Amino acid sequence: MAHEETVYEALDHAHGGEGHWAFGTGFDEPLAGVDTTVPDGVDPAELGEYCLMLGDDALVLAQRLTEWITASPELEEEVAVANVALDLLGQARLLLARAGSVGVLGRSRELATGSIPDEDALAYFRDADEFRNTALVAAPNGDFAQTIVRLLVAATVRLAVFARLRESRDPVLAAIAAKGVHELAYHRDHAARWLLRLGDGTAESHRRAQDGVDAVWPLLADVFSATDLERRLTAAGVAVDPSSTREEVRSVLTEVLERATLRLPEWPAEAPPRGRLGEHGPEVAELLGALQGLARQHPAATW
Amino acid sequence: MSSSTLDRPTPPDEAALQALFDATIAAGHRIEPRDWMPEGYRKTLVRQIAQHAHSEIIGMQPEGDWLLAAPSLRRKAILLAKVQDEAGHGMYLYSAAETLGADRADLTDKLIEGKQKYSSIFNYPTLTYADVGVIGWLVDGAAICNQVPLCRSSYGPYARAMIRVCKEESFHQRQGYELLLTMMSGTPEQRAMVQDAVDRWWWPSLMMFGPPDDDSPNSAQSMAWGIKRHSNDELRQRYVDMSVPQAEALGVTFPDPELSYDAETGHYRFGAIDWEEFKQVISGHGPANAERIARRRAARDDNAWVLEAATAYAAKQEAAA
Repeated sequence: MAHEETVYEALDHAHGGEGHWAFGTGFDEPLAGVDTTVPDGVDPAELGEYCLMLGDDALVLAQRLTEWITASPELEEEVAVANVALDLLGQARLLLARAGSVGVLGRSRELATGSIPDEDALAYFRDADEFRNTALVAAPNGDFAQTIVRLLVAATVRLAVFARLRESRDPVLAAIAAKGVHELAYHRDHAARWLLRLGDGTAESHRRAQDGVDAVWPLLADVFSATDLERRLTAAGVAVDPSSTREEVRSVLTEVLERATLRLPEWPAEAPPRGRLGEHGPEVAELLGALQGLARQHPAATW
Repeated sequence: MSSSTLDRPTPPDEAALQALFDATIAAGHRIEPRDWMPEGYRKTLVRQIAQHAHSEIIGMQPEGDWLLAAPSLRRKAILLAKVQDEAGHGMYLYSAAETLGADRADLTDKLIEGKQKYSSIFNYPTLTYADVGVIGWLVDGAAICNQVPLCRSSYGPYARAMIRVCKEESFHQRQGYELLLTMMSGTPEQRAMVQDAVDRWWWPSLMMFGPPDDDSPNSAQSMAWGIKRHSNDELRQRYVDMSVPQAEALGVTFPDPELSYDAETGHYRFGAIDWEEFKQVISGHGPANAERIARRRAARDDNAWVLEAATAYAAKQEAAA
């Protein structure tokens, strides 16, 4: 009895060690202790908008992946999907906090009270037309094959951008990218390994994988299209022009699809970057409804 | 007991094995997978560990229902990490059951077919975000009271699994309580949400310790085998004694007019538990039983083609190697 009470005591109190907190769950402000000075010659409003583009992609994809929790093919996949979603959520929090730190909050503060941190004001109190994500990350999941194809494509694109972004003149973006590339390399690897199994598994899995590829490929149309803002920030040494990643992404995806015995669809014709300008299909408003509903019911609450 | 006893040229007879097993238990030492054990011991353990593993996996659902709507990004990350831990606990426990000759897929089938049970607490719905905090505080708190003694269970793999599970559960409990503290310092609506959630979860959490000792048929044998260390009522009392001061610190009350401190015994007395409700819920008539099993079944059936693909791919790779 005495022994157990000691054990319980130990379990109950001895875990002040923050090592038990998953990344992104800490009590600190996400950018605490980071130098958030905006580099010379860079418009803070443009830097903030760019952070929203990268942050919204991560937040929206994390939300989509979270829809798989308790519905995954295996327990190992529950853990893996949650891992990927947690990584992306962590990236989103840092990027949204960075946008807030340079004063880019859109209309979010019209609804969010002062006690709500910037990252939450931006995530919960912007409407769809203020979200800057691409259609690639917002599309509904489809089945497991389509989910995996989308994750492969999104992780490949984001990894190519983040690898270049490590050289950004903005120290915060450079630091977020340096951490993110390790995460994204894992996401891409996880998706690629699954796609090999699905493509070269059974007749049914091959068909589903090919259907997934065919459904996701058109979403590549605007992924490499830069906005004027991205071009200006790229010239200033802060951002990455997505068109500079096109060949690398094509070559990676081509190789994975070949090894997975899947047919490579036509590359879609380039389309203007609508998502980056806040033009979305109805699926974004729907996704945001699920994300934001509770927080908006209690705008004065702290959680 | 070491496996070398089984490697003798002439295997000892069953009576000798039983005597060695009994001596191991009596000495407080652990039984390991390759040791001889009575069939009843093996079956009881498989049943208990599987039930525990199922509870972890089904337990992902009530909280998982709030993952998409978590009201801040920090809370979303905390909840996602917690639900992920539960999947990890399930895997860990199914592995412990597999050391006894069980098979995870088979155990999952038994769960879905209603042949094995899971903790009845997870058949209650989560109506507000305060439920997420109350599950962490009370449900995980009760689970910890039940499980800490299992860290000394006589079966080695189970005991070792429980050490890790308990560490993470205690962390979840702290997070749940911290959410409630935050909500109690928030708006009047938030405080009302917390009290409402406590009102709904308190009695079901007391039922987590199982039927009263005079109505718990398997307990005596499990205690003799060192699978179970304390009676249901003992653990329940410990949980009540621990929780009342925590409720006071939080600023909520438990929905039990008979709850009072007994200075003579040093324990809190509490009112009668509605065991009829417990029987209804555990026999499949709780508010969410059908939904919980339907979702687990859908995860298995809708994705069966994925596992078939992985198996086929592995076979091709092996053939090519």
